[in-house]
Amino acid sequence: MGGYGDIQLLREDGLRLDGRKLDESRPVTIQAGILPAADGSAMVTHGLNVAVAAVYGPMEAHPRKIQRQDRAVIDVRYNMAPFSTSDRIRPGFNRRSREISKVTAEALESVVLVERYPRSKIRVEIEILAAEAGTRCAGITAASVALADAGIPMRDMIVGVASGKIEDTVVLDLDKAEDNYGQADLPAGILPNTGEIAFLQMDGDLSPEEFDLAMEYNFKAAKEIHEIMVEALQSRYQGGDK
Amino acid sequence: MSQGRSGAEQRLVTPGMAIGPLSGMRVGSGAIIHNDEIIATKLGWVREFNGTISVDPINSPYLPRSGDLVIATVAEVRNNLWFMNINGSFQGLLPMSLAPWKVEFGHARQHMDIGDSALARVQEVDECHNVVLTMKGVGLRRLSQGAVVEVPVNHLDRIRGLNNSNLDRMKDVSDCRIIVGENGRVWIDGSEQGISWTREALNIAKKHGHKTDFDKIMSQHESNYVNKGDA
Repeated sequence: MGGYGDIQLLREDGLRLDGRKLDESRPVTIQAGILPAADGSAMVTHGLNVAVAAVYGPMEAHPRKIQRQDRAVIDVRYNMAPFSTSDRIRPGFNRRSREISKVTAEALESVVLVERYPRSKIRVEIEILAAEAGTRCAGITAASVALADAGIPMRDMIVGVASGKIEDTVVLDLDKAEDNYGQADLPAGILPNTGEIAFLQMDGDLSPEEFDLAMEYNFKAAKEIHEIMVEALQSRYQGGDK
Repeated sequence: MSQGRSGAEQRLVTPGMAIGPLSGMRVGSGAIIHNDEIIATKLGWVREFNGTISVDPINSPYLPRSGDLVIATVAEVRNNLWFMNINGSFQGLLPMSLAPWKVEFGHARQHMDIGDSALARVQEVDECHNVVLTMKGVGLRRLSQGAVVEVPVNHLDRIRGLNNSNLDRMKDVSDCRIIVGENGRVWIDGSEQGISWTREALNIAKKHGHKTDFDKIMSQHESNYVNKGDA
């Protein structure tokens, strides 16, 4: 993330290498209810990223030491499939997946009405089938749709979005090359209806002005992706099978 | 912002979506108040009834309430009680004092063993989701025959139909005894053919129970049953 001066990430016409504008997101598609065995599920494709999320519960929290008498706990497991990247990933948990599981769980706990289910556990499984920068954002978006599909009460949904800096220019939704050779990355979990931020991470350096612009891009993208999320949920049930 | 409310038309809302201003309305289940606005907390259909706005969820886990008739299966047996799976987040507890039999300490397993099904009623649910069941009451018993079918809890109304019309129709055609538990389990007892037909009828009611052409689809299914019976 320190920047590589000799690698060109912006074209001479001001567009990015894949032809996107600075504030343009990669294409997003969302499908709800794709796994019949889960209580709720969703698949999100964000550019070349493919994330599948499944929600089980609320169920009795085991082992009992994780139970909370006044609320439910959200148990998130984020995992990248071994075939999700060009270099095979060793299966199983690693430091990165633990970190992402933790921040995702904390973000989801801020929107799920966990006090409705004391002593319970809501299990969220996020599987990344294909990765191209921005998997944690795709994972959070998928988890949010899957929770809604499972009928878990939430005060809002979370949209995972990211902005960053390449060649001293703030851009929305970094792809793989931009993520690898850019100067900064700012993933955020945004509540589209209330405008609150459920999680925020920053890798690299941004000036206050750049940070503001990056967040402006993030909010704009969150609104757009939220519309796709709503459409995915509504299209599953509208038209007869309500 | 009133994305989820438009006159008498039923609207599908998603969590976080504003249903409308509070303006003297009461808020029912599936919604909360935020900044004087009613916000949906679940994916479901907005319902406005008697000045109360609520959201009928499309998908919902079973939340036991006192008085619910449930079809439970034995998950664990102790000396003086049974832990029953009631298709909810937590197991229900059936103490031997609330069983219909005179049970001696240590002999609970002789009356009901793991995997057995029973018709029970929810006696009590506390704020920590501890559920106590009772089998003392008219009709509450161990279910030693028939089949138990699981259906989504939020589809129970359409399976029953208006004034139990769908259910009565299934009973008449199949000549089966059918009991619908509030926990999304349906007990069917009768001939093998009747049980099989009822299973399919439950699927039809689940998928089409709310549609205008439900009668037609059900009649078609009924005629299939008659044909099989004649064969």
